[in-house]
Amino acid sequence: MTEAQPVRVVLVDDHSMFRSGVRAELAADSGVEIVGEAGGVGEAVAVIGRTKPDVVLLDVHMPDGGGKAVLEQVKDQDVRFLALSVSDAAEDVIGVIRAGARGYVTKTISTAELADAVRRVAAGDAVFSHRLAGFVLDAFASSPSADVTPSFDPELEQLTSREREVLRLIAQGYTYKEIARELFISVKTVESHVSSVLRKLQLSTRHQLTRWATERRLA
Amino acid sequence: MQLAAPPPRLYRAADGRVVAGVAQGLANHLAVKPLYVRIAFAVLATFNGFGIVVYLALWAVIPQEPVAADAPRRPRRRAVERGTVLALVAVAAGGLLLSRGVPILGNNILLVPLLLAGAGLAVLWSQADKDQRDRWRRISLFETEPTTRRSVAIIRFVGGAILVAAGVASFLLLSGTLSAARDGLVAGVAVLAGLALLTAPLWWRLVADLTQERRERIRSQERADLAAHLHDSVLQTLALIQRHSDEPREVARLARGQERELRTWLYRPEDREESKFAAALEAVAGEVEDAYVVQVESVVVGDAEVDDRLGAVVQATREALVNAAKHAGVGTISLYAEVEPAEVTVFVRDRGAGFDPELVDEDRHGVRGSIVGRMERHGGEATIRSVVGAGTEVELSMDRSTT
Repeated sequence: MTEAQPVRVVLVDDHSMFRSGVRAELAADSGVEIVGEAGGVGEAVAVIGRTKPDVVLLDVHMPDGGGKAVLEQVKDQDVRFLALSVSDAAEDVIGVIRAGARGYVTKTISTAELADAVRRVAAGDAVFSHRLAGFVLDAFASSPSADVTPSFDPELEQLTSREREVLRLIAQGYTYKEIARELFISVKTVESHVSSVLRKLQLSTRHQLTRWATERRLA
Repeated sequence: MQLAAPPPRLYRAADGRVVAGVAQGLANHLAVKPLYVRIAFAVLATFNGFGIVVYLALWAVIPQEPVAADAPRRPRRRAVERGTVLALVAVAAGGLLLSRGVPILGNNILLVPLLLAGAGLAVLWSQADKDQRDRWRRISLFETEPTTRRSVAIIRFVGGAILVAAGVASFLLLSGTLSAARDGLVAGVAVLAGLALLTAPLWWRLVADLTQERRERIRSQERADLAAHLHDSVLQTLALIQRHSDEPREVARLARGQERELRTWLYRPEDREESKFAAALEAVAGEVEDAYVVQVESVVVGDAEVDDRLGAVVQATREALVNAAKHAGVGTISLYAEVEPAEVTVFVRDRGAGFDPELVDEDRHGVRGSIVGRMERHGGEATIRSVVGAGTEVELSMDRSTT
C-alpha cells in the first residue's frame, strides 16, 4: 500500500500473547499502523476514545461481556469494528455482527488476508469469512415468510439470488477478486453485495436471526 | 442377615407376621416362640389397652426387616395360626372391656369408636409401609397402570382418614359433652399445630439438604465429565506434541486434530445427530485432515438424513478431498455443502497445482470411478473444473426431490 495515511488500528484481545503476535505480523505491513492495545472491555473503551482509530480488531470472547459489550459502549463513535475470534459458535458470530461489527474473520487467517480485511473494513466494506458466509446462508435459508414481522420491509428479510451466489462463493473460499471473475462482475459490485448482506443481517427483524443462533445451540 | 450375630437385630418380621410383624420380630429378637409374645401383648392389652398402645408404638418405631427384591416371598401365617391370634385378640378385647367395667353387649361408649379408629389406623399405616407397597407392586404384575394403583392408594388413604376421624368424633360425642368435644378438638388441633411447628424446621432442612445435595452431585458430575474429557483428549495430545516436537508435520496434524475435536465438543449443538449429512461430511473432512496433514475448511449449510444417495455424496466428497490433499500440494482445502429442499450441492476446492482434465488417464480410478461414476450411479452429477496452476474445483450435485 502506498497510501499516504496508513489505517490506524486498535487491538482488543484479552490474550496478550495473541495481541503481540498480531502486532508483529501487521507491523510488516506499511498500510496498517497499530496505535493501541487493550486487554479488556473497559480498557478498550478508554483506548478507543483516546486514540480514535479507523478500525478496531475486536476479540469476540472476553470477560465482562466480550466484544459485544465494547461495540455497545462505543456505538456513537466513528470507528469500524472487525471481529476476530477462534469461536465457531454461531450465536457469538451473529451476535457481534448484529451489534455493529463490519465483519468477522477467524484467528487462523493469514497475515496478508488480515491486513487486507482491515483495509477493506476501513474503506467501509464488509468482510465475511467463509464460516460467517455459511452462517448467514443458513440463517436466511429456511422458511423465509413464516417468521417475518409483517409490517417490516420485506426486502430486508431475504437475500437476492445474486447475494446468495456471492455468499456461496465466499463460503467456498473464493476471494472477492475470484468471485468477480466467476460472476463476470466488478470487485466493487461484489463488495456492494456483501455490504448489502451485512445491512440485512444487522437490520433484519427476522425472528430467525435472533432465535436461530441460540436454537442451534440449545434447541 | 449376618452370620454370627447372637441377638438378631430388632426388625418387624416380614415373614410369619399377622398384623405388622411386631410380635414375630420381637420373638425372633428374643429367641422365644411368637405365641408367647402374642400372649404377653394380649395380657397387657387388658390393662387399659396398654398392650395395644405398646404394639402400635413398636410398629411405628421398629423398622421393617429389609427384604431382597428377588427373595421368594413366603405367605403369611396359615389360617390356624391366624385363628390363634384372633382368639388372643378377642380375649384381650374382652379383658379390656371387662377391666373398664363396660358391659360387653350393652350400650357401651367405647367399643364402636375404638373399632372405627383402629380400623382406620390399620388402613393408614399399612398404606405408609413402603416395603409393603413395593411388595404389592411386585405381586400385581398384571396391574401395570400406575394411575389405577395411585387412585387405589388415594381411596385407601381417604377411607382410612375418614374412619379415624369418625372414630375420634364418635368417641368425643359419646364420652363427653359437646363443649368438651370442642375443647378436645381445639386441644388436639393445637397439639398437631405445635408438632408441625416444632418439626417444620427439620422437614424444611431435610428438603433443603436433599436439593443441595442433588445440585452438588450434578455439579461435581459435570466437573468430572469436563476433567475426563480434557484428560482423554487435550492432555494426551499435548503429551504427544511434546514427544514429536521435532516433527512439524506431526505436530500440526496432532494440533489440528485436537482443535477439531475440542471445537466439536464445545460448539456443536447437543442434540446434533451424528447420522446426519453435515456430521458425516465433517467426519470425512476430519479423516482426510488426519491422514494427509491438510486443513479442510468446511462450511455446511442446512442438514438432512443420510440416505443411499447422500451416502454416495459423502463418499464422493471424501474421494475429492483425498485427491486434493494428495495432488494439489497445498495446505488448505475448502469444502462447502448446501442442503436445499430440492438438491444437495457440494464443492471441494483447492488452489493447488491443478491438472488438465483432458489429460487424465482413463484408469485413474479416483476421479472416474469414485467421484463421477459413483455420483452418476446414484442419479447425481459431478463436474470437475481444473486449471493448471490455479487449482481444482469438484462440484457434486444430487437431486433430492424424487424418491
